[in-house]
Amino acid sequence: MKDTGAGITTAEGGSVGPVLMELRNITLRFGGVVAIKDISFDIREGEIRAIIGPNGAGKSSMLNVISGFYVPTEGEVWFRGEKRGPMKPYQVARLGIARTFQNIALFDGMSVLDNIMTGRLTLMHSGLLSQAMWWGKAAAEEDEHREKVEKIIDFLEIQNIRKTPVGRLPYGLKKRVELARALAAEPKILLLDEPMAGMNVEEKEDMCRFILDVNDEFGTTTVLIEHDMGVVMDLSDRVVVMDYGRKIGDGPPDEVRNNQDVIDAYLGVAHA
Amino acid sequence: MFYREAGDFKTSYRADSQTFPIRLDRMGYVAALVVAYGIVPFVIDDYWANAVFVPFLIYAIAAIGLNILVGYAGQVSLGTGGFMAVGAYAVYKLMTAFPDVPILIHVLLAGGITAAVGVLFGLPSLRIKGFYLAVATLAAQFFLVWLFNKVPWFYNYSASGQITAPERTMFGIFITGAQTTAAAKYLFCLIILTLVALMARNLTRGTVGRKWMAIRDMDIAAEIIGVNPLSAKVTAFAVSSFFIGIAGALLFSVYLGAAEVGEAFGINKSFLILFMVIIGGLGSIFGSFAGAAFLVLLPVFLKNVLVGGFGWPTDVAAHLELMIVGALIVVFLIVEPHGLAQLWRIAKEKLRLWPFPH
Repeated sequence: MKDTGAGITTAEGGSVGPVLMELRNITLRFGGVVAIKDISFDIREGEIRAIIGPNGAGKSSMLNVISGFYVPTEGEVWFRGEKRGPMKPYQVARLGIARTFQNIALFDGMSVLDNIMTGRLTLMHSGLLSQAMWWGKAAAEEDEHREKVEKIIDFLEIQNIRKTPVGRLPYGLKKRVELARALAAEPKILLLDEPMAGMNVEEKEDMCRFILDVNDEFGTTTVLIEHDMGVVMDLSDRVVVMDYGRKIGDGPPDEVRNNQDVIDAYLGVAHA
Repeated sequence: MFYREAGDFKTSYRADSQTFPIRLDRMGYVAALVVAYGIVPFVIDDYWANAVFVPFLIYAIAAIGLNILVGYAGQVSLGTGGFMAVGAYAVYKLMTAFPDVPILIHVLLAGGITAAVGVLFGLPSLRIKGFYLAVATLAAQFFLVWLFNKVPWFYNYSASGQITAPERTMFGIFITGAQTTAAAKYLFCLIILTLVALMARNLTRGTVGRKWMAIRDMDIAAEIIGVNPLSAKVTAFAVSSFFIGIAGALLFSVYLGAAEVGEAFGINKSFLILFMVIIGGLGSIFGSFAGAAFLVLLPVFLKNVLVGGFGWPTDVAAHLELMIVGALIVVFLIVEPHGLAQLWRIAKEKLRLWPFPH
């Protein structure tokens, strides 16, 4: 297809590598409803890719296609140079795709630490018997992964709540814990579904900082859906704009901002 | 010496994730073990063993088993009695078929057989949840009791349809049968309970436990972070049934000595264990102990007070016990759904700040 080899330099000056995931002519239908109509775009290694659009444009459906929760009716998903067949969600997780949810999906009965440790489940392999005895491998593995998780806890500045049950936390912190759980999986692609929804300005600023830091420090490829235009334009390297299930724009933030179709979609267009 | 975490520093992750992070807790735990192993066996008599200790130990094993399934993995089960029956009949068949093998091996094998049966009846949990799963496990309960009643091979064609535990030994000491001493029964069950509790604790604090709790709290999110729901639910059913099978095997061979399946392992037994788990605390190993202790001790206590103290007729006392247990279940479900274990946790949190609560 297109240039998959050489890296390109983005508006933000971040380094962006070769194509990691490519979506080719994706169509998603639920009965008669067409949620996504013939959309193609790619995600490059190390970039922050935003998907924006008015309500009901099909953004979350797109994210669900990427995360493997929905299997597209037509079209192909290529990941790391291979075509991805129909998979169960837990198999996609093992490929290295982690996500957060629009409505937080944490495990309320477990502590923050345990919640983040669940993010590493795909990386832990000790057997049932070894765990029951807590000998050798299981205990050593637990320590090793605990150390990695503690780094993420430090990084996201949630040390003081690590033993608190998640159900007791306020909304903003829950969002942060969910990000921590997704990061714990050391994902190849991190999917964020409206990470700033319902936050106040300070919480949004914190979250922006974390997303940028994660991208800088770990080089994590990030795909995010967000309604706050200021945030999207500041954070992302490239933006896909959707409206009524179609792609109406794709490119760096500045280019998208001046695209006539995008302006029409957001501001409405006068009908003669 | 106060009940404090302060000054009790942890220098490794392993020390931080240990079972009893507070020093005073650890000392209490060691003291309980010393009393249980070092003192009780020497002073126990038949009354205490049969009325209090042995049933408590056995029901605690069953409650831990059920708690793993209901409290940790969130899969409701009403088939506990049936699974205990599988353990009992498995150990009976093994004891009569291989008389020379030590009884401990038979008990463990009976647990393994129950685990296999539990997995089989747990498979519907992949498609159905909540009440509907409870009804499916209820089917297991009735089917298993019916099976052990109907097929004479299971009770070795005995005329009464009962199973009777033959005399079996471990290292030359009688564990089952009429010659068994109170101390031998008690110690045998205590050792198994200790092992079961340790295993349950280790499983629930590790990867497997996190998978179970993830499935319990939000199964869709669990699947998206990489938990295979099939394997998580099946292991929960297997481990839970393994423990429940061991409890059934002990209940029959060590405690009852002879059993008729409908009477010893009927639906009442399923509810009794479930009540222990609810009153004790869902998702807590300590709660399993507390619930078992509570429901074993309550009838003994009421009987001693009402019949022994006030001279009431036994049947009145028995009815009163049913009413009290029923009322307690309702109270716990409304006031403290996390049971005695949660009350204990709250008490400890208060104690940690005492005497300066602000």
